[in-house]
Amino acid sequence: MLSLRNVWIEYGEKVVLERISLDIAEGAFVSIIGPSGAGKSSLLRLILGQEAPSRGEILLDGQPLAPECGPDRGVVFQRYSVFPHMTVLDNTMFGLECAEAPFTARLFGARRRAARARAEAMLEAVGLGDSLNLYPAQMSGGMQQRLAIAQALIKQPRLLLLDEPFGALDPGIRADMHTLITGLWREFGLTIIMVTHDIKEAFSLGTRVLTLDKRRHDPHAPHRYGAGVIYDLALKKGAPIEQAEEREVVPLAGGITIDTKDNT
Amino acid sequence: MRWVNLTISRSTGLLLGALPLAALGLAYLLAAASRHAANPADKILPLPGAMAEAMGALLFDVDPLSGQILFWADLLASLQRLGLGLGIATFSTLLVGLVLGALPPVRATFGPLVTAIAVIPPIALLPILFIVFGLGETAKVALIVIGIAPYMIRDVAGHITALPREQIAKALTLGASSWQIVLRIALPQALPRLFEALRLSLGPAWVFLIAAEAIAADVGLGYRIFLVRRYLAMDVILPYVAVIALLAMLMDLLLTRASRRLFGWAHLASR
Repeated sequence: MLSLRNVWIEYGEKVVLERISLDIAEGAFVSIIGPSGAGKSSLLRLILGQEAPSRGEILLDGQPLAPECGPDRGVVFQRYSVFPHMTVLDNTMFGLECAEAPFTARLFGARRRAARARAEAMLEAVGLGDSLNLYPAQMSGGMQQRLAIAQALIKQPRLLLLDEPFGALDPGIRADMHTLITGLWREFGLTIIMVTHDIKEAFSLGTRVLTLDKRRHDPHAPHRYGAGVIYDLALKKGAPIEQAEEREVVPLAGGITIDTKDNT
Repeated sequence: MRWVNLTISRSTGLLLGALPLAALGLAYLLAAASRHAANPADKILPLPGAMAEAMGALLFDVDPLSGQILFWADLLASLQRLGLGLGIATFSTLLVGLVLGALPPVRATFGPLVTAIAVIPPIALLPILFIVFGLGETAKVALIVIGIAPYMIRDVAGHITALPREQIAKALTLGASSWQIVLRIALPQALPRLFEALRLSLGPAWVFLIAAEAIAADVGLGYRIFLVRRYLAMDVILPYVAVIALLAMLMDLLLTRASRRLFGWAHLASR
């Protein structure tokens, strides 16, 4: 469904990503992990269309991807994903209003009621059915992320991109969100690409885990080489994932180290 | 309890806030009384009775020369100039600031122009305005607009530019066009900032109004103050200054209240 062909990102001399070639299948849940500065977020921005690759090409269903965000790709960022001046309901309806009312971006009468019903159903699905008239500033971080997910899903995107969506949440809420996103992924048949710092999260949610890191490192020119995909693991997932309770993260002895610092 | 932790109740706050004002009034009265004890004809610090008498004439008596009651004519003229100036500045800020902030090509084209106008001291432009627009109302209103609009435009445009990139990206993934983003994302988030910019511009707006009236006018609060200065008429100047201060405070209060009522979401975080 989504193909990256020999994609590079370079900022002048600095190479961030090099030789990325990937094919992502419909219905996959791809987790991307890697140390800070390995270009995880750059890769996501690339797929989102916020950035254009300096070399190579990205194809969505065989068509080259325009370097501009569009409604075929939904996104949830770690922060600032919801509009602070709109209520929960307005935030969710915004996508529908944009599509149906090009000039006013607002719906009235029967069309508004129809959009409202769809938005309410979607908010019910993410567990915000009781909070329709709250503003984001009145909600916790977890509720805001639920809203951001509802907002994205109502547009039925081909691809849902998550940029450390649960990074700012505490462990209990995070476990709830894992259950939620897994449920939504199954129910809506989504294709998800998620960047995360949490290895356990990456493996428990994903059907495929990509690890980005630098293959080569020149200590005299640390920016000379960019990161590539060093591990690409497909996980077999027949049974539903059991991950209701959050256990202690087992510290990795040696091997790859993933830092947990804020990487925005 | 440490001072940084003390919370002040509303009634205590009012009382505490009134104290310095009362002290100032008392200090004035004492100074005026002592001057009058030395020289009963003193004009520099008039007693409240003298002020009331002088203002009474301006408030209630028709001026034989102009056929108007002077205070109300002054007030009306000044408020009209100020209102027009603030209105035009606000409207142009909304229009220009919004497109400047939201659309990079417009910002690249007109940003430097706005900056160039903003750095010119407006009073230096006053002679030009008088030459171009004549000595009538237009020049005075234009001075207020030129004085405050560039600051307001830059403030609002800057605020919109600083909206998180994530928000714009999110709106685009929800299928919004540039126009829809300006209308539904940038405009509503610019409005509280516009009110704030307008509120902070009230002070400069008054400065430009009084300056314009002092130089060329035949009616207005600033005109009257500068006119009676020739006679050392502190009994008129002081009440006029007090009226200006009260009006400025009232406008400030109204704008704050209106912003809280209209844009409750913008004040949630600060509560």
